[in-house]
Amino acid sequence: MAMTVLWCCMVGVSVLFGALGGTLDTVSAAALSGAASAVTLCLSMAGVICLWTGVMEVMERSGLAGKLARLFRPLLRRLLPRASRDEETLSAVSANVSANLLGLGNAATPLGLKAAARMAKNSGGVASDELCLLVVLNTASIQLVPATVASLRAAAGCGTPFDILPAVWLTSLLALAAGLGMAALLRRLPCFREGRP
Amino acid sequence: MSFSGLLIPGLLLFVGLWGLAHRVDVYAALLQGASEGLRVLLRIFPALVALLSAVSMLRASGAMDALAALCAPALARVGIPPELVPLMLVRPLSGSGALGVAGELISAHGPESYVGRVAAVMLGSTETTFYTVAVYFGAAGIRKTRFAIPAALTADAVGFLTAAATVRLFFGT
Repeated sequence: MAMTVLWCCMVGVSVLFGALGGTLDTVSAAALSGAASAVTLCLSMAGVICLWTGVMEVMERSGLAGKLARLFRPLLRRLLPRASRDEETLSAVSANVSANLLGLGNAATPLGLKAAARMAKNSGGVASDELCLLVVLNTASIQLVPATVASLRAAAGCGTPFDILPAVWLTSLLALAAGLGMAALLRRLPCFREGRP
Repeated sequence: MSFSGLLIPGLLLFVGLWGLAHRVDVYAALLQGASEGLRVLLRIFPALVALLSAVSMLRASGAMDALAALCAPALARVGIPPELVPLMLVRPLSGSGALGVAGELISAHGPESYVGRVAAVMLGSTETTFYTVAVYFGAAGIRKTRFAIPAALTADAVGFLTAAATVRLFFGT
């Protein structure tokens, strides 16, 4: 729904500006050429994306994600001490984090949802502190190889599409830290307290 | 030999050998995964059409420049190029939509320009926040989401700010 509003605003504002500035012809041409450029963009991204989903399939089948998940257990036990008492929740969360890190979005979501459902049991529809943290963890993008972004840059003719990796890593880490820090701060505020009806 | 030049060949080799060591039919898995990539493309294509045509219209009408000029004073203070406003608006709402907007920005400004690089880093280091929150709390049957949304949006905002800062740090403007 929000995207509907945003898209309509974009088109509405464009038409308004075009009409006022007398550039409606250019706007109309841009609408068509923009749509057409989606085809070229999609096709020129296709190679990198397909190569990467291929590599991800190999990672998944060879249990690389499972290995990585074991590394995260101690860290997650500290972040989510209550949920970690349940063995199955802890293994779902650590598998969720490692799948996210490898960029296996399709595998990460069901695992995260399973953990969320277990953590929300008997909650009466109110999110616990730790469930909120799990959601923040998943709304921050922590990805070792952002292949889609790289394919987008390669499609635009960039010879070194992966040279932004260090910047992406540093940015994601700081964003995640900010999200978790803000969560730690907000959970103490009276209006966000767990017991509040 | 740059780090990123080594990364991809090294990763391909590592994943291949790792799969071999774990008795996975690496080539068959690779092909099956690659065919799944086509399904991914099919899924993002409609959003690319919708957003690329809308953003192209915004640019052609001069509205993009007006919007950029409007936001420039505030954004200049934090070092974010005003051209990135549409991307920051779409990013938390739609993943494929953000891909379309970033794609338009990167091809309009060039992948090695400051704007193109910041767009790529923003896209790579943030998530579709509202979608994720809706899916997780929906699946868990949660009605009171407490501090999850403000905290997640803080992460996005800090991501946008640091995207510009890290690009300046690693590449200059």
